[in-house]
Amino acid sequence: MTEFIQHLVNGLGLGSMYALIALGYTMVFGILQLINFAHSDVYMLGAFFGYYVSKFFNLSLHPGYGSLSAALICSMVGCAIVGFFIERFAYRPLRKSPRINVLITAVGVSLFLEFGGQLLFGADPKYFAPLLEAGEPIFIGGVQLNRIQLIVLGVSLALMLALQFIIFKTKIGRAMRAVSYSHTNAALMGIPVDFVISFTFMLGSALAGAAGILVALTYPKIDPLMGMMFGLKAFVAAVVGGIGNVTGAVIGALIMGVAESMVIGYLASTYRDALAFAILIIILLFRPAGILGKNVKEKV
Amino acid sequence: MRALHLAIFSALLLTVSCLKKEGPAVNVTGAGGSVTGDEIVIGEVGSMTGGAATFGKSTHDGIMLAVEKINAAGGIKGKKVRIISLDDQGKPEEAAIATTKLITQDKVIAILGEVASSNSLAMAPIAQKNGIPMVTPSSTNPKVTEIGDYVFRVCFIDPFQGSVMAKFAYNSLKLKNVAILRDVKNDYSIGLADFFIETFTKLGGKIVVDQSFSQGDVDFKSQLTSIKGKNPEAIFVPGYYTEVGLIARQAKELGINVPLMGGDGWDSEKLTEIGGEALTGSYFSNHYSPDDMSEGVQKFIADFKAAYNRIPDGLAAMGCDAMLILADAMTRAPELTTVAIRQALADTKAYPAVTGVITINAKRDAEKSAVIIEIKNGKFIFKEKIDP
Repeated sequence: MTEFIQHLVNGLGLGSMYALIALGYTMVFGILQLINFAHSDVYMLGAFFGYYVSKFFNLSLHPGYGSLSAALICSMVGCAIVGFFIERFAYRPLRKSPRINVLITAVGVSLFLEFGGQLLFGADPKYFAPLLEAGEPIFIGGVQLNRIQLIVLGVSLALMLALQFIIFKTKIGRAMRAVSYSHTNAALMGIPVDFVISFTFMLGSALAGAAGILVALTYPKIDPLMGMMFGLKAFVAAVVGGIGNVTGAVIGALIMGVAESMVIGYLASTYRDALAFAILIIILLFRPAGILGKNVKEKV
Repeated sequence: MRALHLAIFSALLLTVSCLKKEGPAVNVTGAGGSVTGDEIVIGEVGSMTGGAATFGKSTHDGIMLAVEKINAAGGIKGKKVRIISLDDQGKPEEAAIATTKLITQDKVIAILGEVASSNSLAMAPIAQKNGIPMVTPSSTNPKVTEIGDYVFRVCFIDPFQGSVMAKFAYNSLKLKNVAILRDVKNDYSIGLADFFIETFTKLGGKIVVDQSFSQGDVDFKSQLTSIKGKNPEAIFVPGYYTEVGLIARQAKELGINVPLMGGDGWDSEKLTEIGGEALTGSYFSNHYSPDDMSEGVQKFIADFKAAYNRIPDGLAAMGCDAMLILADAMTRAPELTTVAIRQALADTKAYPAVTGVITINAKRDAEKSAVIIEIKNGKFIFKEKIDP
């Protein structure tokens, strides 16, 4: 039983990391109906920003909340800038094109970042020295937890609430929702559409930057292709939860994490990746809009 | 998709290695070749990038050290040696492409590489088919040289390495219950785990659980949680250093305080960089230890340090040995043709290489001793030497 609960805790830890990335996917989709495949590579860039910032300022010599927050802020700002440029130069020129063109461009941007990253950072994995010591493990009835797991879970839930707040309670959030219904009508109401879309991208990319740092804190090996599988899983999580729905993304991610953890614990590790896509297929068959998604009939 | 390729490929390889219990699996259909110009061109395939990048880099440095020495002494039969080195990113499919390119475009006379057995297994059939001698410095999986009579190695093989670690665990560490955590995407890891289990259970030990992961994974907590539930006295992790470092770290986080054990795939300074303190008290088997006080080893270390300003790891020493053995065979061969070089390689007897005296046996493997290394506070400490 203890083992089962430990698997559950491990799974929630893994799921909360998927959640951090899934939040960005789902928000951009919710506002723009665009699957931003480059999102998982912005997450990779986030980890590398953190790596170089921490190397430059020797942050890992003084691990603690201060260093972690410094790296987090630098990486979120860096990623927001990258997000702005990706939107400005890759997606905005295609705003009026069919959606498939934008989708293919997203794949292109993703590949560009992955292999450009290999060129720039080198293809060999880097070791990201921890910015926060895991500290003494916390035991709760034989189940083991550590500070980092709690922080990651806490941060992803906090970001989820913050996103809900921004989208539903602020002026810019109202503008984002308006743009998501209709670009033209929003523009007629005096909403600066370009600005709102840029803001959405920057917000999503900042989330990816935070995810990069927090994932690297747990798995201190980073490489330019680290976003591929992890990002794909996070994307599946967003779809499972109902893409476009912020709470759904977190729920989907936690389900994915726990399911993976259980499969490895009780079956075999080789089913790990297959499982993610099996869940996706099942959800698409029985609940095409995802767990929390609303089924919207598209008019032809 | 890549996983699927790998699965099909390894299935093919398995069939190949089963079929060819008698005689070579792959027949020589190519013409081989001979040295025509005034230099000897040798190809090298290694993982200069990717998750096993230090393997390729160390091996390359070792090879180049040997080449400099050979060329400074006037070359082989008056001809200078030139190495063409290609990166395979640690991927079998890239290794196969690189081998084909070296043979067909660069017209190399022999090939050195790879470290990873999965990559060598992808290269060997191509070298064999074209009749080009291939010497792998440190692929320890037995299947590699079984591909054909043009494939050689200068290191020991996994049945030996596995039994060394099993005996060490049972006799020296007095362990009875051991867990296995193997990399199922890696021929080396699968083979080594099997040979460890074979010897360990024969001695009377028990394997309490056999878990697996895939190269490139970063999360091993679920496997380790299952292992923890079985209360092993040690965990045998025959993987490569990147994953092993992360495994060690996560094992500590889960409160697993038993030693980890592994093979020569651990040999990299990156291992302790990633794993840190979590690896203290763990053991692995290797080809050589820099603490070995023999004259040959110490001279090699001094030369290597002068050239690259760092202590060579085992793979650098093996790279140097592979080149030295190949050069020795070329010197002894009556003429510089692939056929004559192959024969001379097969005839190698008691050659005094860096990591020991090497004799190539009838299966084209080297018979030599292994060392066991203990990790203490991020340092590799020589523990004991075990002869075959």
